[in-house]
Amino acid sequence: MVEDEPERLTRLGPNLQRRALIYGYIRDFFREQGFLEVETPIRAPAIAPEPFIIPFQSEDCFLSTSPELHMKRLLAAGYEKIFQFSHCFRKGERGRWHNPEFIMLEWYRTGANYNKIIQDIEQLILTLAIKLGLKNIIKYRGQDIDISLPWPRSTVREAYINAAGWDPVNEHDSLRFDTDFVTRVLPGFKTNRPTVLIDYPAAMASLARLKPDDPIVAERAEVFIGGLELANAYSELIDVKEQEKRFQEAIEQIQRERQQQMPVPDKFLESVARLPECGGVALGIDRLVMLFCDADSIDDVMAFTVDDA
Amino acid sequence: MEISDARKNSKLIIDGVLYNVEEAEFTKPGKGRSVYRLRLKNLRDGGIIDRTYRSGEKLDEARLDTQDEQYLYREGDQYVFMDIKTFDQHPVPEKLLGIKKNFLKEGMEVVMLMYGDEPIDVTLPITIDLKVIETEISTKTATITPQMKSSILETGYRIDTPSFIKVGDVIKVDTRSGNYVERVSTGK
Repeated sequence: MVEDEPERLTRLGPNLQRRALIYGYIRDFFREQGFLEVETPIRAPAIAPEPFIIPFQSEDCFLSTSPELHMKRLLAAGYEKIFQFSHCFRKGERGRWHNPEFIMLEWYRTGANYNKIIQDIEQLILTLAIKLGLKNIIKYRGQDIDISLPWPRSTVREAYINAAGWDPVNEHDSLRFDTDFVTRVLPGFKTNRPTVLIDYPAAMASLARLKPDDPIVAERAEVFIGGLELANAYSELIDVKEQEKRFQEAIEQIQRERQQQMPVPDKFLESVARLPECGGVALGIDRLVMLFCDADSIDDVMAFTVDDA
Repeated sequence: MEISDARKNSKLIIDGVLYNVEEAEFTKPGKGRSVYRLRLKNLRDGGIIDRTYRSGEKLDEARLDTQDEQYLYREGDQYVFMDIKTFDQHPVPEKLLGIKKNFLKEGMEVVMLMYGDEPIDVTLPITIDLKVIETEISTKTATITPQMKSSILETGYRIDTPSFIKVGDVIKVDTRSGNYVERVSTGK
């Protein structure tokens, strides 16, 4: 491109200003409800093993791909409502919606399930829109998006049957699940409203608990607005045996598919025994800022991406 | 090459056919696999296809050369260029040129991208100066935003310009977007 660095940074000025405003409003939102802002290590000896999230190694440690495990260790020690803005790193993720280093907002509360967390997300984003003077309409990429509450929920099963003609809860095909999601399910979402996808197949539960009265699905939710995948919420898994089994399966899959040795997060597993019932969420701040800045690319809401760092 | 290395304007051979990557989109459901969606233009017939790839898939990258050529003239829907070293002439079909056909002036030098003996694409300067040969008479309505009007350039290209542009003015045009940049000089 012909644009040099001072020109680019000047052009981004209004977006970076708005980004800072959003950070302030988010902190207000959580403090007013009695949440404690915490910080946890960016570099740690063990992280949650995820088959499709590739961590950067840093000597004998990993760079954080999410602050989840440390935040749950705080919950296990008695903290009830915590939030954090955290630098996260995921190798190879670069595109209009991705930068390998990005900011995740995570919050957790005890005594809550994923429904309560979805309500938190709704309240937070509506509050931000109001504080930014947008009321209940966000204009994004030429589309008016009505964010009045509550946002429509759809189960993963309904969404796939409607858009792709098959039921991923009964038929296990994770390869087809991901491809169909990008090519059929996501493009089929209503463009003028947010979408909350709930109840993922049990095999894709990750760190979510299974639904007590319907254990073929997990209490996991994802929020999409304007085609952006914004947040991933769980009723957190608090069963040590089950958590250990899932980690073991993920570690074996990573060993098989990427030939990478991942350690078991022992300290986290020890804390799970003390973990009370709780819910939590990871929300991509860069994408949230994209939404509120009507930005087409993540490059337009961060001062320095991996390409110009 | 790996699918993760595919970028806009990468040239690929798929099933023996040469394609240009028009758009390369990386998507990834947070916990899921990376999915790459390529919008590909067939460089012989201009046809557009979409292909989806998953991380780790391999692509066959085309080996291309560049040479300096001069634009000579247009014949029907062919634009004829000449290699300035060998004087070989290369007709390029209109649909391969896309928006660029609007900025070709006879005698101008361009960089031609070649796949073997076949011309594939023309690289133009980012901006080019062109003379206005026709324009609307501007109306003096008071508005807050600057008024734009339609003008026609020496190559026949119709472009939106500010209302102060007159016939005979030379203006700078961005050849990537086709948009007006600035006035270079005024006509007599």
